[in-house]
Amino acid sequence: MANSSLLRLEGDSRIAVASERLGMRRREFLQFCATLAASLGLPPGADAAVAEAVASKKRPSVIWLHFQECTGCSESMLRAEHPTLEKLILDVISLDYHETLFAAAGHQAEQARKKAMTENKGGYVLVVEGAIPTRDGGIYCKVGGQTAIELTRECAADAAAVIAIGSCASWGGMPATDPNPTGSSGVAAVLGKPVVTIPGCPPNPYNFLSTVVHFLAFGSLPPVDDLGRPKFAYSRLIHESCERRAHFDAGRFAVEFGDEGHRKGYCLYKLGCKGPETYANCPTILFGDAGAGTWPIGCGCPCFGCSEQGVGFSKPLHMLAKVKNVEPPQQYPRIVEEKGMGATLGSAAILAAVAGAAAGGTAMVARNLGLSHKAAEAERAKAASKRTETEA
Amino acid sequence: MNTPVRKARAVPDGRRRFLKGCLGTVGAAVAAATASDRAAARETYQRPADALGLLYDATLCIGCKACVAACKRANDNPPEFSTTDKLWDTPLDTSGYTFNIIKMYRSGTMATKDDEENGYAFMKTSCMHCADPSCVSACPVTAMTKDATTGIVAYDPEACVGCRYCVVACPFGIPKYQYDSPTGQIGKCELCRHRYKDGHYSACAEVCPTGATLYGRTSDLLVEAKRRLALKPGSVTTYPRGNLSGGPDQSYEGKVGNYKQHVYGETEYGGTQVLKLSAVDFEKVGMPYLPPKSSASTSETIQHTLYGGLLMPFAVLGALTYVAKRNVHHEDDEAPPAEPPGREES
Amino acid sequence: MSAQQHARPAPVGGSMFTATTLVCGILMAITATIIVVRLFFGLSSTTNVNDGYSWGIWVVVDVFIGSALACGGFCMALLVYVFNKGKYHPLVRPALLGSLFGYTFAGAAITFDLGRWWNFWHIFWPGYFNVNSVMFEVAACITLYIIVMWIEFSPVFLEKLGLRDARRKLEKSLFFFIALGCVLPMMHQASLGTMLVVMGDQVHPLWQTPIQPLIYLLSAIMLGYGVILFESCVAASAYRRQIELSLLNPMAKVMLGIIALFLVVRFTDVAVRGALPEAFRASHIALTFWVENLCLVATFLLIGTVEARRNPARLFLAGITVMLSGILLRLNGFLIAFDTGPGWSYFPSVPELLVTIGIFAAEVFGYIYITRRFPVLPREETHAQPAHS
Repeated sequence: MANSSLLRLEGDSRIAVASERLGMRRREFLQFCATLAASLGLPPGADAAVAEAVASKKRPSVIWLHFQECTGCSESMLRAEHPTLEKLILDVISLDYHETLFAAAGHQAEQARKKAMTENKGGYVLVVEGAIPTRDGGIYCKVGGQTAIELTRECAADAAAVIAIGSCASWGGMPATDPNPTGSSGVAAVLGKPVVTIPGCPPNPYNFLSTVVHFLAFGSLPPVDDLGRPKFAYSRLIHESCERRAHFDAGRFAVEFGDEGHRKGYCLYKLGCKGPETYANCPTILFGDAGAGTWPIGCGCPCFGCSEQGVGFSKPLHMLAKVKNVEPPQQYPRIVEEKGMGATLGSAAILAAVAGAAAGGTAMVARNLGLSHKAAEAERAKAASKRTETEA
Repeated sequence: MNTPVRKARAVPDGRRRFLKGCLGTVGAAVAAATASDRAAARETYQRPADALGLLYDATLCIGCKACVAACKRANDNPPEFSTTDKLWDTPLDTSGYTFNIIKMYRSGTMATKDDEENGYAFMKTSCMHCADPSCVSACPVTAMTKDATTGIVAYDPEACVGCRYCVVACPFGIPKYQYDSPTGQIGKCELCRHRYKDGHYSACAEVCPTGATLYGRTSDLLVEAKRRLALKPGSVTTYPRGNLSGGPDQSYEGKVGNYKQHVYGETEYGGTQVLKLSAVDFEKVGMPYLPPKSSASTSETIQHTLYGGLLMPFAVLGALTYVAKRNVHHEDDEAPPAEPPGREES
Repeated sequence: MSAQQHARPAPVGGSMFTATTLVCGILMAITATIIVVRLFFGLSSTTNVNDGYSWGIWVVVDVFIGSALACGGFCMALLVYVFNKGKYHPLVRPALLGSLFGYTFAGAAITFDLGRWWNFWHIFWPGYFNVNSVMFEVAACITLYIIVMWIEFSPVFLEKLGLRDARRKLEKSLFFFIALGCVLPMMHQASLGTMLVVMGDQVHPLWQTPIQPLIYLLSAIMLGYGVILFESCVAASAYRRQIELSLLNPMAKVMLGIIALFLVVRFTDVAVRGALPEAFRASHIALTFWVENLCLVATFLLIGTVEARRNPARLFLAGITVMLSGILLRLNGFLIAFDTGPGWSYFPSVPELLVTIGIFAAEVFGYIYITRRFPVLPREETHAQPAHS
């Protein structure tokens, strides 16, 4: 059933049904799937697999927990427009529990969560939004009488996958800022095991969606780094693909907000831009699906490092970033570089020939001189004896 | 040896003259040498009071090479390629076309910045603007000059004969020649003195995003350098950027590096106007050990002792002329061939 | 022996077209071509000089070594006119000729090694002088000395052209030029050593000393005598002439005295500066130091006795060992023991070598031409016919 060509899928009836369900034209739907596959960094042909999965697989059940947060992540999800996300979360996935989007309230809502958990035991996806307070037994955040810690542990127990969305859920985020009175921490710390994290404040909806669709299409989560971040989205520094990078390399910096360099779109590093120490794909898929060119650096605002633990919410905005990408340093000359030309065969041969000729010439002249000296000595000896005779 | 009879008479005379010649020459030389000796001994020069320079702090450098690019632009230099694709300006060292470069110290896994073992560090290479520059002392035609006020070591291609003694003499290997050109010049950092009239200062310091390269009066820079050395590594301090001795405040807060307790350039060869701080041993990052006494002062002391006011050469010349006038005879050239030879002995 | 009596100089005569001159001519033509390429395309088109070793063999060999090997002229003048050893007079003209060519071609060589040669006149223009510069002193002295040497040598040409009046006038003031012709080379040969001082620690401690001028001056003088030994022997051998043994023998003794003085000064200096341990390291630097100085010791072994000095072969070899030592002293100071900093390497390129060879060929050619056509070498009286080799 695996189809390698997206074009061949165009006539597939399942696709037609799915696109109708999503309120998209067929071509639009396929484009959407191709986009998802591309943002996942999947090889050609995978787009077809994604389309088939979205069209034909059972929608995965999703339980979405909210703790210490601002709901910005959810809001950002709702702003996604390709297609509108409310369609997606209702039709691509089965969002069985989400405190903000739920029509149900109170015990009814809790019931729905429990029901979904039982029905999809071991098959649902748990998404956590917001940090989890841990101080004093976690009493600073309760839902339906249960602390955030209890809820997370309960829901995670039978989940097929746990995804922490947003910086708060990933590593504590803003609530964990010093002095962190509630002891906020991330999901992984509470569960004591690694989870997939989609940090950002808020993260780009497609980073989340692509992760979910990956799970849907391939039954597994995408490869992640040691902080649980999907590599397709978080393997590069913002600095590496920043649109203002050329200004950085050329030493053209904005020094003050509104100064000439700032107006000309120069690099914001001197204003405290954290792009050089923040891993995220903002420069390529921008921020929050809000339209062309709209991401902080694109608007002239230094990156604030929202997705990076130890940077966002902890380093002052004006403080200079630590540039992390000096490796690979192939373009840095070493302290000592080998320079200059050594001996070549030709030059060495010429030198050797000269030395040889000189040595040969020396030997020859010395020999000649020695021989003539011998002859002269002999002659002189003869002459001397003659002279003694005459003088005598 | 079988000395001929004619010679025997001449020898005592000749020997006396020989000794006279020796004495006269040596005496004149010694007299002239002692006369010029006192004036000639030349101390190592110190920096002018208002000397301008740079402070390069390797612990602040992020290796962005903005200074390399800005230097190229400010000096209108062409790119140089060391990679096969020839896409980027990638000089390996300073050259006749590259006056400033950031080099990288590499050790083992290169895990942490400014660690000597398994770390990496950056080092800026450009003219140090010595207080007592070897290149200025070496240049035969005053193409290399040191400004009396700013102390900038400047180069004048119009005066230069291209002997490249400056290239050979500089302990830092800074003046470099353009070998690929029939009209090649020496290329070196002149602290962007040509940009001062437009209100600019050294381009490298102007663009440096972290203040790793800081411009200013060397006296101010030295105070700043010593301030940094006195701080506790890891603590937070304010780092100025751009022009320390004027211009808008661009300072920012940053962590104090683990400095080696030495301001390179404070005393080397009498001091340099470009100062350097580093967390890695200076010799390891390519800064040679130099004594406080400059080699230019040694060279010039010798030179002035021997030739100061041309006293000694003239004294020797006078003595030799006197002796030569007595000893030069033209008989062997002027005499007709028939005349008996050997007349110069009479 | 006949040489005690002055044999008046006379042209050797003979054809200019011999195998030697032909080879020299070819080498000179190659050199001229390479120089044209250098002038149009810059130094890197023909040489391997770089910013680490900015002075290659065109400077170190052609100029520094070439001029040192051309010290025979002033050394003989010193002996004959200043120390009044008139008996050496027959050696003066050939020695002066060697010097004339050595220096003239050294001057030519430096001109096309200069990066901005069209500015060369700045050396003589007061507005540009830098009296602190050793290079200034060397360049000015060498140029003046070349001029002085041509004046000193001009009687030879005037003689040939039969301009007796001009010659007589010139000779009235010749004593001054002779004195000048002794002072100038002493000045710049000493300064060639001083040139190393400003390079500081780049030069190995075995060669870096504040008494450079004395060492280089002594070295230049002993080289001068060594070269005369060499030249006399080669000229005699090539033209199949008598060797002026009775002159060379005592002159060699003078040379040995200078060498002894040199060695004492050299080793005292190295020892006083505490650099002697460097000579006992297992390195190519220490090796070349010993080769340089053992060459001089070998001279004593070769011609230490009067008897040995009577053997022209030994005199010839002694000339060679002295020359080798002098060449090595300069090569070591400026190239082999010159450590410009790590990473740099230099070895002369083929065209570079060809030019240096071509310059020496030009000197040989010039020497042959002048000796064959002008009265330089002493006239062969009875023992040998002027050979037409």
